[in-house]
Amino acid sequence: MTGARHLVRLILRRDRVLLPIWVLLIAVLPASYAETYAELYPTAAQRAEYAATTAGNPSIEALLGPAYGDSVGALAAQRSGLLHLIVGLISLLVVVRHTRAEEEAGRRELLGATVLGRYAGLAAALLVTYAADLLLGLLVAGGLVAAGLPAAGSLVFGLSVTLAGAFFATVGALAAQLTESAGGARGLGVAALGVAFLVRLAGDAGGAEWLSWLSPLGWAQRTHPYVGERWWPLALLAALAALVGAVAFRLSARRDLGAGVLPPRLGPATAGPALAGPWGLAWRLNRVALLGWTIGAAALGAVLGGAAEAAGDAVDGNETVARLMERLGGSASIAEAYLGTTLSITALAAAGYGIQAALRMRTEETGQRAEPVLTTGVSRSRWLLGHLAFALLGPAVMLAVAGAVTGLAYGLSSSDVAGKVPRLTGAALAHVPAVWVLVGVAVLLFGLLPRISVGAAWAALAGCLLLGQLGAVLELSQWLLDLSPFTHTPQVLGGPVPATPLLALTGTAVGLATAGLFTFRRRDLPA
Amino acid sequence: MENPIAVSGLIKAFGRTRALDELDLTVRAGEVHGFLGPNGAGKSTAIRVLLGLLRADAGAVRLLGGDPWRDAVALHRRLAYVPGDVTLWPNLTGGEVIDLLGRMRGGIDRARRDELLAAFELDPRKKGRAYSKGNRQKVGLVAALASDAELLILDEPTSGLDPLMEEVFQHWVGRARADGRTVLLSSHILGEVEALCDRVTIIRNGRAVETGTLTGLRHLQRTSVDAELAGPPHGLAELAGVHDLRVDGDRVRFDVDTPALDAALRRLTEIGVRGLVSRPPTLEELFLRHYESAGAAGAPAGVAR
Repeated sequence: MTGARHLVRLILRRDRVLLPIWVLLIAVLPASYAETYAELYPTAAQRAEYAATTAGNPSIEALLGPAYGDSVGALAAQRSGLLHLIVGLISLLVVVRHTRAEEEAGRRELLGATVLGRYAGLAAALLVTYAADLLLGLLVAGGLVAAGLPAAGSLVFGLSVTLAGAFFATVGALAAQLTESAGGARGLGVAALGVAFLVRLAGDAGGAEWLSWLSPLGWAQRTHPYVGERWWPLALLAALAALVGAVAFRLSARRDLGAGVLPPRLGPATAGPALAGPWGLAWRLNRVALLGWTIGAAALGAVLGGAAEAAGDAVDGNETVARLMERLGGSASIAEAYLGTTLSITALAAAGYGIQAALRMRTEETGQRAEPVLTTGVSRSRWLLGHLAFALLGPAVMLAVAGAVTGLAYGLSSSDVAGKVPRLTGAALAHVPAVWVLVGVAVLLFGLLPRISVGAAWAALAGCLLLGQLGAVLELSQWLLDLSPFTHTPQVLGGPVPATPLLALTGTAVGLATAGLFTFRRRDLPA
Repeated sequence: MENPIAVSGLIKAFGRTRALDELDLTVRAGEVHGFLGPNGAGKSTAIRVLLGLLRADAGAVRLLGGDPWRDAVALHRRLAYVPGDVTLWPNLTGGEVIDLLGRMRGGIDRARRDELLAAFELDPRKKGRAYSKGNRQKVGLVAALASDAELLILDEPTSGLDPLMEEVFQHWVGRARADGRTVLLSSHILGEVEALCDRVTIIRNGRAVETGTLTGLRHLQRTSVDAELAGPPHGLAELAGVHDLRVDGDRVRFDVDTPALDAALRRLTEIGVRGLVSRPPTLEELFLRHYESAGAAGAPAGVAR
């Protein structure tokens, strides 16, 4: 452990901006949910109705976890159900970032030659992450108490967030021992987290309690905040984290610096026939992401599509919710309005994927991997178009699959597969032009303002997200809402497909991307 | 036949700093041309202009008879480039990168590729992320040398290679020259330049301060003389062109300008010579003279007469 103190200070110095931001951003969420519920449903009767309809709805329980009661606290705790997943993900990534990523970059070696114990690196990364998780948990609890909720429930919920984070931080530490690459470690860790989430989701969706008990994320939610708190699942999480941590430390002591427990695999000595130009290269660079996003979209579609019929039944009779859903989803049937809303959210995710694929050009450029390609017989246009193809077609494929799977699951539950699959696939594909506009913005930024392109492109997506989520609530003026391409996406579920807005959006996207291509062809590519 | 690289008065500015300040560079067909200069002198910037990655602000730049910015794609099919820090895609193997780059240049010589892999002792099955710095350079070198490009542009290509591999590299550049290819070699390794280059250009602050054959450059320099004499070295210090005279009994050591060498030797034989060692300036001395005077603004300091 010698030297861990210095490493802790190094990590805090490197993360001095990032760490406080994510802790604070997440810490305010549960309390704000509590206040929203207290305002929206001030009486016990209103809350009881909400709990019986929406909160107890299988699709909501699948996504967020069960609601154990109808008090403001219990509802807020349910609404914060994704917090365990998010904090687990961040904690995992932070640990990998300060262990395996450092090792892969060779910086760990530099430090390893100084007076540093064998365990110091791993211990320091875990220590900082645990401390951040603990701080976050206490802030969450404090916020909930400040919102007027009982202390015991607030504390058990805050600590459940802490322990979910700490547990997956430890999983990250174990994954970091296994692979030689940080990317591989992240992949393993995120896969473990994904399995834990899906197991809990399946358990809560089907009411199979035993299945939810197989997932550490399920344990974190089975603390029953504000409804006769249970403390012992926290001990269970801590015990499993200790076990995983012990294995990670054992492995770290037995392996060489830079090596992983799993041997790196050798690849082909020659390139296959497909890897012959910018298209083949773009395919190799994008295929894993395409597969991952598409599988994720399909899984989400299956869960939400399967629950749509039940969601419709549950809300039937609740005039307010029905009107709200219709306004958001814009169609007659409640179930379809619900699906329209979820598809809008999937479309935002698809835009995120498209932007990521477009910005890969910037990472290739700054990583000096564009240069070797552009100094061969490949023109800048061909190189850009190879990447653009994936930025445009990838989200389209993802949305088509999401729509088809949603339609299939919805069709199976409402015995109308032949009707629902094309209907929802079409509804999903109607979002594609708006997604393309954001991809076009990213390409133009890459050509015109490469230095700020990454931040600005994500800011554009965040802007659209905020306009879409808050626009109606805050009653923003129409010209502001019109800035988001998603405002112009027609709701085609249960209605005719108007071609004009779709063509206009596609034209805008083509114009933006073309401008991006021209500016990129004319600019310098500095080292 | 036009020179493969003909640059004159090239200016490239980044904001207010002039990275290239009226650079002149001529590389003749079939020669290995050394491109030398301290860090930050503008070598890589010049190469990036030649590769069409940067656009020249002013000046005439001709590459293989074309405009490197406008005709980039057509010209790139005829050249191969190795940067000083080869970066690879983490999920592609070395062999895949070599083939990919070769195909994008319009073809790769399979037999030469295998020969190069064996000579550089490179395992092509490893993933990009698993290679060390030296091995990444080897991937870039094999990809470039296995191509049939008529012009090789190498920007400090051997950084990270061990001396054994340095020798392999020199052998293959020699073969490239024997095949009639032209090489622009930016380098910091003077032994490499001395062994390989027909002509060199030394640049400083974005401007060529010296260009010519190594012999020609040496001619402009001082020769070191170390002599043991029969008598006291009278009259030597007064001779024009003799510098840094050190007398130790009958032993003298001094540097002498090439035009004054004859007069100095005459004086020595008049006194009587018992032993004599004379040495041309090393490239290193030649170099240091340029580098150290980097403070003296602008004008090439004293040597280029």
